[in-house]
Amino acid sequence: MTKEQTPFRVLIGKPGLDGHDRGAKFIARALRDQGFEVIYTGIRRTAAEIAATAIQEDVDVVGLSSLSGAHLRLFPEVVNELASRGGSDIPVLGGGVIPEEDIATLLENGLSGIFTPGTPADVIISSFKKASQQHRNHDNLK
Amino acid sequence: MSRDKKHSDWQENELAASLSRFPERKEEFSLHGGAEIPRLALPDTIDEDYYEHLGFPGQYPYTRGVQPTMYRARFWTMRQYAGFSSAAESNKRYRYLLEQGTTGLSVAFDLPTQIGYDSDDAMSLGEVGKVGVAIDTLADMEMLFKNIPLDKISTSMTINSPAIILLAMYIVVAEKQSVPADKLRGTIQNDVLKEYVARGTYIFPPGPSLGLITDIFQWCSANMPLFNTISISGYHIREAGSTATQEVAFTLANGITYVQTALDAGLELDHFARRLAFFFNASSNLLEEVAKFRAARRLWARLMKNRFEARKPSSMMMRFHTQTAGSSLAAQQIDNNIVRVTIQALAAVFGGTQSLHTNSRDEALSLPTEDSVRTALRTQQIIAHESGVADTVDPFAGSYYIEQLTDSIELAAADLISKIEQKGGVVACIEDGFIQRQIEQAAYDYQKEIEVGERIIVGVNKFQIEEEDKPELLRMNPAVESAQIAALQKVRDRRNNDDVQSRLTTLKIAAESGSNLMEPIIAAVRSYASIGEICTVLRGVFGEYRD
Amino acid sequence: MTTSSEILLAGIKEHDPRAIGRAISVVENNGDGAADILTFLDQERISKVMVAGITGPPGAGKSTLTSGLITILRNSGKRVGIIAVDPSSPISGGAILGDRIRMMDHALDPDVVVRSMATRGRLGGLCASAGATVRIMAAAGCELILIETVGVGQSEMDIVQLADITVMVLAPGFGDDIQAMKAGLLEVADFLVVNKSDQPGASGLLMDMEQIFSAKEEESGIARVLETIASENRGLEELLQSMENFSDYLAATGQKEQRRNRALNAETIDWIIEMLRPRFQDAMNRSPSQKDPRIRAKELISKTLRVN
Repeated sequence: MTKEQTPFRVLIGKPGLDGHDRGAKFIARALRDQGFEVIYTGIRRTAAEIAATAIQEDVDVVGLSSLSGAHLRLFPEVVNELASRGGSDIPVLGGGVIPEEDIATLLENGLSGIFTPGTPADVIISSFKKASQQHRNHDNLK
Repeated sequence: MSRDKKHSDWQENELAASLSRFPERKEEFSLHGGAEIPRLALPDTIDEDYYEHLGFPGQYPYTRGVQPTMYRARFWTMRQYAGFSSAAESNKRYRYLLEQGTTGLSVAFDLPTQIGYDSDDAMSLGEVGKVGVAIDTLADMEMLFKNIPLDKISTSMTINSPAIILLAMYIVVAEKQSVPADKLRGTIQNDVLKEYVARGTYIFPPGPSLGLITDIFQWCSANMPLFNTISISGYHIREAGSTATQEVAFTLANGITYVQTALDAGLELDHFARRLAFFFNASSNLLEEVAKFRAARRLWARLMKNRFEARKPSSMMMRFHTQTAGSSLAAQQIDNNIVRVTIQALAAVFGGTQSLHTNSRDEALSLPTEDSVRTALRTQQIIAHESGVADTVDPFAGSYYIEQLTDSIELAAADLISKIEQKGGVVACIEDGFIQRQIEQAAYDYQKEIEVGERIIVGVNKFQIEEEDKPELLRMNPAVESAQIAALQKVRDRRNNDDVQSRLTTLKIAAESGSNLMEPIIAAVRSYASIGEICTVLRGVFGEYRD
Repeated sequence: MTTSSEILLAGIKEHDPRAIGRAISVVENNGDGAADILTFLDQERISKVMVAGITGPPGAGKSTLTSGLITILRNSGKRVGIIAVDPSSPISGGAILGDRIRMMDHALDPDVVVRSMATRGRLGGLCASAGATVRIMAAAGCELILIETVGVGQSEMDIVQLADITVMVLAPGFGDDIQAMKAGLLEVADFLVVNKSDQPGASGLLMDMEQIFSAKEEESGIARVLETIASENRGLEELLQSMENFSDYLAATGQKEQRRNRALNAETIDWIIEMLRPRFQDAMNRSPSQKDPRIRAKELISKTLRVN
């Protein structure tokens, strides 16, 4: 039987207390329109909740959004929580109001990509595609 | 009544009263060269249609503004929203702003404070002191207003779900400065309904949240008559991506809900209605925004008069604060943002705002630096002192396009409000997601237009350049969180913990009985009970709302 | 059997979230090892589980009700499985699986196993994936599994039929939807829940529904029309108790087995079509024809199936 590409599953999460979800919702819909299955966690989630959900839903990529300036604490926290649940292979992308100088720190701390305001949606989507494909090619359970 | 009669009545009553109370800024307003600038330009012939749609400023339906002379007497209040990290740091920024000529304070709280968590709560991780000042107990509030005389300034506080707690702290701080509550001026945002659809800092379910708001209305109308008890906010609805019409409709629908809740609780309309304030967004489409402000003002006046049968003019007047649109700021070529803010600020002034916050150029990247905050304030000062737009009342009136657009926004917003009411009202529409879906769709469509290039954002999807220079950004001191937690611990060690417990118990009993919670909360904060402790009690009684 | 299937099966038995999630993906995507996984699941656990479908129009409060039921079940120590189904976009094939939001309060509870699934545009085909997901969750020790779906389209109705018990959630203010659903309702729903029962219009809706359901109630002696206010957790204990009583009644009268068999047959048919599809697709591609599709189908079946 020939196997066609099944849809990528991604999770979009908002860690922390920031309630501005316009960007997260836009990306969720834009990904849907590109054939992704998108699990949206809603606002005000802890890193542990996001990681546990990502594992349970067996997603290919986790996308995070934060506009409150808490990204340096919260994004790596999600990476750690994923790892502690056996999901160190799941790539994590992040976006929001993130100063240039924080990007390197986030990448060093396990993030696979960071998007700042004004990044075109198709750049973000192609990063999700690339990360999803990489995850399908080699993950912890293979 | 003839035109002249109505006109002379207005001149003899509203205008004369206003001129004696608030004399105009200058003896005479004139252009360079001497030509006089009229206070109020009028059409050659005034017909019934004019009275129905426009009227005179300071007169129903208030299309042309809520005061007869508008900015010829006093400029709008230049109120810059600020607050970050610790109370001591914020206090320094406020005193700087007051020195620079700002005329009202606007306090930004951090997210844990806004959602009722102490700084040492696990939920607060990474958020302490980030988007505003961290307040745990009265001790922080005392520091925040240190050496700022609360009887001399007006203070706006962006606080919603736990508004009653921060208001109580403000009252106690004033008391310690020997300023009685009836001398306090300012505004608390206290608009929880928009939190469920747009801003996200809800704590309790809608029912008990509306109860807390009503408690504030009731207590303040008796004890704090100069304080605006709510700022019904379209700003965040627009930031979440709504259209201008949706901003008006959802905001006024929320307003109707607050009024109805207060009436149901037995409050007298004309006692509390003049303390309802509004808060709108000023976006970059200048003409649409001008029409939006005028339409909102007229629609509210009509609702208050016809539907709620308000008798006092002050109950029908929509007074509002405006902030320029944060979501319109670009992270690319950030100096362009100064121009955007200027256009938006002009829209607010043409629209007759009572106070204005102008955003800073670097806010798409981080909280603003002192330099960029100054430029934002200077933008307002240039509009006020140099542009001349403040020298005549409602200068856009009579423009065919503006009047048509004002009419059509009012009509479309009224339609949307009826639709919400047919579906069971705002609370039902929040619970079923109707309002959220409308906003989400509008936001999606707008962003799509940008993505495909149908809508040009200069420097973002057209006219891009390679940027080499990185702007200086404001960096938060990462030690804020640990310092704040240590300070909270110190307060807990020093205060009388038996006293705190007994006041929290009293509060719990009051919450369960459904009585007014203002006094028990004032008592609790006076004992240095923390926001987290008070909210834990209330969460236990009211439950928590989840999206 | 491949090593990875063995690892997944062991993980399912030990209730490891990562293994459960991946096993579901493998069967959903018809990946390598799907057959192994499905063959070696714990059949005893599967036979004992109670499966309830929860459906109703958007906005009636299904997710809130489901979340409330989870809380009650967890308080009594039961491990729960949730399958939340949302439609895929017919244009892009993608989907937003948003029901998860209301279940996030249970995210850190290892005994609440949630899987969000998209319909993926397959007509009845989803039954196959959802049915397998039910069995994986049951094999992982879930004692009660709730399948939540928007009950308006045929494919959703099919999913609901996988369940042992079907609960239809309605709320006042959905007049037109309810009118449109009435005929289908009578066929499939075992319980009718009038949610938001404190809102205007609830009593009228309740009376309407009681009339329609009176015959069903008489048959089992169990109340089939219930009122809830899910947002305040009111009426949920009663609903759950009625569901459990009804499940016992179904088991005692042999109807549970009948329903299971019917569901398994429906799934099997799905699989037959799914497995034959490529072969027929191939046959059609090889000999294009303008014949009436019904006649052509008959010819293709006799030709294609006889050859093999």
